[in-house]
Amino acid sequence: MNHSEAADKFNKDFDRTTWHDETLWWVRQKRDRAAFAIPEWEDLRNTASQIKHNVLSNLDTYLIEFEKNAKANGVTVHWAADAHEHNQIVLSILKEQGIQQIVKSKSMLTEECHLNPFLAENGVEVIDTDLGERIVQLADEPPSHIVMPCIHWKKEEIGVLFHKHLGTPEGCADPSTLTLAAREHLREKFLTRRVALTGVNFAVAETGEFVVCTNEGNADMGTHLADVHIACMGIEKIVPKRKHLGVFLRLLARSATGQPITTYSSHFAKPREGQQMHIVLVDNGRSRQLGREEFRNSLKCIRCGACMNTCPVYRRSGGHSYHNAVAGPIGSILAPNLDMTKNADLPFASTLCGSCSNVCPVKINIHEQLYSWRQVLTKSGHSPTAKTIGMKAMAAVLSSPSVYRFSGKIGRLTLSNTPFVVNNSLNPWYKQREMPEPPKESFGEWYKKNRK
Amino acid sequence: MKVGLFIPCYVDQFYPKVGIATLQLLEKFGCEVGYPANQTCCGQPMANSGYEHLTHDCNRLFVQNFADFDYIVGPSGSCVLHIKEHLHTEGEGEAKATHIRQRVYELTEFLTDVLKVENLSAHFPYRVGLHQSCHGQRGLHLSQMSELVAPAFSKPEKLLRMVDGIELVQLTRRDECCGFGGTFCVAEEAVSARMGVDRIDDHIKNGTQVLTGGDMSCLMHLEGIIRRRELPIKVMHIAEILTAN
Repeated sequence: MNHSEAADKFNKDFDRTTWHDETLWWVRQKRDRAAFAIPEWEDLRNTASQIKHNVLSNLDTYLIEFEKNAKANGVTVHWAADAHEHNQIVLSILKEQGIQQIVKSKSMLTEECHLNPFLAENGVEVIDTDLGERIVQLADEPPSHIVMPCIHWKKEEIGVLFHKHLGTPEGCADPSTLTLAAREHLREKFLTRRVALTGVNFAVAETGEFVVCTNEGNADMGTHLADVHIACMGIEKIVPKRKHLGVFLRLLARSATGQPITTYSSHFAKPREGQQMHIVLVDNGRSRQLGREEFRNSLKCIRCGACMNTCPVYRRSGGHSYHNAVAGPIGSILAPNLDMTKNADLPFASTLCGSCSNVCPVKINIHEQLYSWRQVLTKSGHSPTAKTIGMKAMAAVLSSPSVYRFSGKIGRLTLSNTPFVVNNSLNPWYKQREMPEPPKESFGEWYKKNRK
Repeated sequence: MKVGLFIPCYVDQFYPKVGIATLQLLEKFGCEVGYPANQTCCGQPMANSGYEHLTHDCNRLFVQNFADFDYIVGPSGSCVLHIKEHLHTEGEGEAKATHIRQRVYELTEFLTDVLKVENLSAHFPYRVGLHQSCHGQRGLHLSQMSELVAPAFSKPEKLLRMVDGIELVQLTRRDECCGFGGTFCVAEEAVSARMGVDRIDDHIKNGTQVLTGGDMSCLMHLEGIIRRRELPIKVMHIAEILTAN
């Protein structure tokens, strides 16, 4: 199902669409309040954008510096060219340990690489420990939002899900009770799993350390109790120096949820005694994107989700309509790099309103890249033939003043005299909207009579 | 000052009264206005659909029509933005295209920034809700954007405040997109219509009698929904209000 079809389905439930829109808009407003409390907000965004610019221009150097320092800290560093290699590396570490059960905190990279199904096929059970991720995992769904994975679920529905899987009382939708049940359920997993996998929010080249941000402390619970910590990161997560974290940590949570900072911003530098620590550095198309000048800046993304919360289309179509690990505006400029054919619809799932670029904490020109992807996709043959024929016809009419004037007149006459030709179910405009009332004369015709 | 009147294709065909009001405004403030009869379209419908490579002839035509004016003014932020960002031609024409890109203005910014209009002598005793069209606002910066931590301003609002008897409605979401989006309105019909419904709902809840804006395309979409649902709101382009008496 492409975005438009999925969105059409989503919109069949009018009230639920209202609820989804208002829930996300509420998060956007929280972001606004947090941002407006910082007078230097726009300077912070500029600074973050420029630091990332430097990172992308010197990514090779910073990655090697990071690897050297991480190794010196006693961390094992792996390099993965693509999703497949990433998944194999994780599996090989688990096999070496003879492990078949792990806990995992939030990592959009592992979603991108489809690690969970891969491990399941190989007999490894993965328990997602972020509450929202655990909910969608129990429901056998992918996350619909990168920061709030189950934002499309109502608490009553979570109550039903938990009753089935965790044995909470039937009909219970009290968030405290449900959360407590999840805590107890997860506690047993934390205590018994020997391998914990986490994502990485920032990796510091200067020190070889990395930072994992969560609100639930689940990454910490997992890693502190495990013998082996595997951290998976996209190669663009690098920042040059530790001091730069101050800029990004101030922006991340404010942009994401309107909090001043994530509840836990944990720095991992070296394995504790007896523990193993692995970092998997993953490319999976990132160096290809780095080579595309007009799309390079998309790699600045720090995965805050602000562009989704502000996107009027995302709010009214839901994360799953984007059929990609990262949904919304940022997902729509990242996904075509992963697979142009499969994701050719996504850059068109936007009105190009530009709100996404304005909330982006690292100032990615998202809406301009959406426009550019449309051109790239069309030129590389990823556009439906009927659309190409229509566009060529339109261009032909608009290229000739006399044909344009003639067609305009015919169009207006048709609307006046035989409106059923236009006003029917084959015209998507007419489904929920009236056509404009055709005037007797065009402006051009009026001008000819009245001014010259 | 020679001003080229740029009337977007759909305004020409469906909303001649908007073109007339724009012309009257420019003439009222002493501009020597010319309307090149051979103009058609800025090319945006193709470009936004991923077919910018099919807009060469539209670009060539636009340059032919407008190269000789001091300023080019149109009553549509979206079309003006497209010209400003994407008008290019091959060879010698490029210098002319550059001149146009630098001299093309949306109507309200031309009135406030170039003509420095302070008085309008217009009268319009209604509660008016202003729809901030995205390309005008976020593209041409006609108004401050709600996402940015920056001082507030609004060029269209400044002009509307000069109109006698007008009462401006405060919206709950002051600059959310209406969902028109060019071919988006048919390609993503469900979301587009829903966005329009929500925008109109905001106006109704806050007491708008007349919904206005600087982009007739957004207004055409909103008006289509209003008429289908038989809602008690009238839709007018800002030029019609600024010339009302």
